[in-house]
Amino acid sequence: MFSMSETSGRVAPSAGLFHLLSPKFLSAMARSKVAGQTHRARIVLLGLIGAAFWVIVFGLLFRLLRYFAGIAEIGAFLATKLLGLILLSLFGILILSNIVTALSSFFLAKDLDLLVASPVDWLRLYLSKLIDTLLHSSWMVVLVALPILTAYGLSYHGGFLFPLVATALFVPMLVIPAALGSALTLILVNVFPARRTRDILSIIAVFAAGGVLLALRLIRPERLTRPEGFRSLVEFISLLRTPTSPWIPSEWAAQGIMSWLQHAPDWLSAYMLWSTAAAAVVVGAALHRYAYPRGFTKAQESGGRPAGAGASGGILARVLGGLGTVRHQLLSKEIRTFFRDTTQWSQLILLAVLVVVYVFNVKFLPLHGVGMTFFLQNVIPFVNIVLAGFVIASIAARFIFPGVSLEGRQLWLLRSSPLDMRILLWAKFWVGTLPLLILAVALVFVTDVLMEVDAFMMTVSLMTITMLTFGIAGLALGFGAVFPRFETENAAQIPTSFGGLLLMMAAIVLIGGVVLLEARPIYRALGARMYGYTVSPYEIWIGFGLAAALCLVATFIPIGIATREMRRLEG
Amino acid sequence: MITLRGLTKKYGSFTAVDEIDLTVPPGELFGFVGPNGAGKTTTLRMIAGILQPTAGVVEIGGIDIAKRPAAAKARLGFIPDRPFIYEKLTGLEFLHFVAGLYGQSGGIIEHRARELLALFDLEEWSHELVESYSHGMRQKLIIASAFIHRPEVLVVDEPMVGLDPKAARILKDLFREFVGRGHTIMMSTHTLEVAEALCDRIGIIQDGKIRALGTMAELRQQHAGHGKLEEIFLTLTGERAARAAMDVLDV
Repeated sequence: MFSMSETSGRVAPSAGLFHLLSPKFLSAMARSKVAGQTHRARIVLLGLIGAAFWVIVFGLLFRLLRYFAGIAEIGAFLATKLLGLILLSLFGILILSNIVTALSSFFLAKDLDLLVASPVDWLRLYLSKLIDTLLHSSWMVVLVALPILTAYGLSYHGGFLFPLVATALFVPMLVIPAALGSALTLILVNVFPARRTRDILSIIAVFAAGGVLLALRLIRPERLTRPEGFRSLVEFISLLRTPTSPWIPSEWAAQGIMSWLQHAPDWLSAYMLWSTAAAAVVVGAALHRYAYPRGFTKAQESGGRPAGAGASGGILARVLGGLGTVRHQLLSKEIRTFFRDTTQWSQLILLAVLVVVYVFNVKFLPLHGVGMTFFLQNVIPFVNIVLAGFVIASIAARFIFPGVSLEGRQLWLLRSSPLDMRILLWAKFWVGTLPLLILAVALVFVTDVLMEVDAFMMTVSLMTITMLTFGIAGLALGFGAVFPRFETENAAQIPTSFGGLLLMMAAIVLIGGVVLLEARPIYRALGARMYGYTVSPYEIWIGFGLAAALCLVATFIPIGIATREMRRLEG
Repeated sequence: MITLRGLTKKYGSFTAVDEIDLTVPPGELFGFVGPNGAGKTTTLRMIAGILQPTAGVVEIGGIDIAKRPAAAKARLGFIPDRPFIYEKLTGLEFLHFVAGLYGQSGGIIEHRARELLALFDLEEWSHELVESYSHGMRQKLIIASAFIHRPEVLVVDEPMVGLDPKAARILKDLFREFVGRGHTIMMSTHTLEVAEALCDRIGIIQDGKIRALGTMAELRQQHAGHGKLEEIFLTLTGERAARAAMDVLDV
């Protein structure tokens, strides 16, 4: 396990690679051993959801590939093109994820002081951190790729060797982004302080993700599904045969996998992948040896800067001044800490892109033409509320749900002061809900205007989304307090926790409940206008009243539970 | 005044604090010493209202903290051992925020905040985000925040860790002045010299129980032949361990 390395003229044993990785492995083992019943229940639930996801992805893709296989001439090209696009997307995700993870594992991890201070060989330190980065950034991509590759293997009869071939072609596709991402991070840290680099990276990552999303939507890929739009079949086939990106490793992996499945193995793809992976690691290691000591030193710099309150502080003080000292200070703190944390507000960019994509989709809905009935025209705005509800739920999961978790390390202060936890929670509720409400109402109003809905549906839509926003925000705060993640430093990781998953499920139940309660009164009201019969106002108002009551329950009960949980919390 | 009656804290089958009875009267600086894991921090966090006791009563100025938490906590200032504070607030904003938690604001707090920042040499850093502060600076800021609302009782966990000699001296003077005005301090420390020089009474805790209690003179009397607090402490808690440490180095 140990080899000898020279430090300051004295020969010291250097820990081996496996020794350096052993704390991670042992910690994981220890965590699984102490896992209680609740933890096991969570794993079972997550496992079931994961399995359902796998089955759906596998089922859909398998059917599509069987369909492709039935198309003469172009079926295989379509399958190759599709695999190329999937792997290209995964490769892009891997690059971004590795850059962000490498910053934590190479420069900000808590074990670095110990490792850097000990006589550990530089190459082993590099390799151990590279493996750490690779595992952390790739596990989810591997889980997603598994049903995809299985579907390809089974539909093209890849044989019992296919899993080995697919693994051999997929692994270098994980190594290359890890080495490249780590190298890029190393260069960035040498230019900026690490903490500032984290800010810059989070913005780059969000912009990149948003840009990809926007680009994908703006090129309107649905047009490619209509070959009649092309001038000739030859033009269409030649487009399919052209590799999407011949210089990108994901394309080599796609070609390698498809060539095996078509019983004409292309070993050049495998060679390209493995040689590029090896070269990336060697170049990464050389760069690490040259630039890591300086980068690590720079990473210790705080990157702090004066944060003058300025005019915005004065406005904030005036606006919140009338709420009393405690509420004023709590709200100011919430707003300041949110906007000063780049990892938090940068998510707003992605959110803006999502909203643009959503509105863009609504704009191109074929609402007028053959087959569009009066009911269908009015049902779509109703579906629009459901979709807007999902958007609001995911935003609440991202911004309101982590509220209690983010107080973790400061709980000593809140618990030792005479502050009533109810005031704290309501402050968090309003800071999260008001912007959410403005967004929700604007989103529904704009999309309803684009769909040219009438005054009745507009009123119903706006009232429903307002009630839903309050309910979803209440649920987010309540679930956040019942399932806090105090140990997490990165707020972006909190929504993906078990509690975040339960919140999304609860939000879906709430949206579904409201829709069910409102469906009948809306149907009756529209029917009355269409066919001229009369409807009792009670019939309308009972449905809406029950939906409103459900939203009120979803607002107040979770906050009540959250208050009780916060009072019980021990910091 | 702090009163503890039968204060107990259990974590499953492990008893961290075992039926402690103690009264710290006004005008007294009480020192709590003991080995790691003896129950000092747990006791202090129960007094501060952060942890809930398994059994027993904590009173701050005669107010039961379990029954009237807001009233009891309003009289209290707490200085924890680990300086975790909001990274994205400036030092001055943090002091305003803490004052706000106690319902205090306005010109008086602004003046007091600046006074406290100046006292601990943090004036120049008052508009910097806390994330750029060193460990010692954060500790100073937390100490300043504990005084911002003019508490009657201070609960202090390891106050000297990370402080430079000047700040440590200021803190000692501040503590003596605070109790001199009839207020109360309960402080835990591993620095026995500090406890010996600063505290009116000292309690030695081990395995969740108070093993010795009294002024330095009383402790010397109880353990005849031991002049210094360190000797008394080692006799009660770990003389054998200290000897074993020497043996290890001799190997």
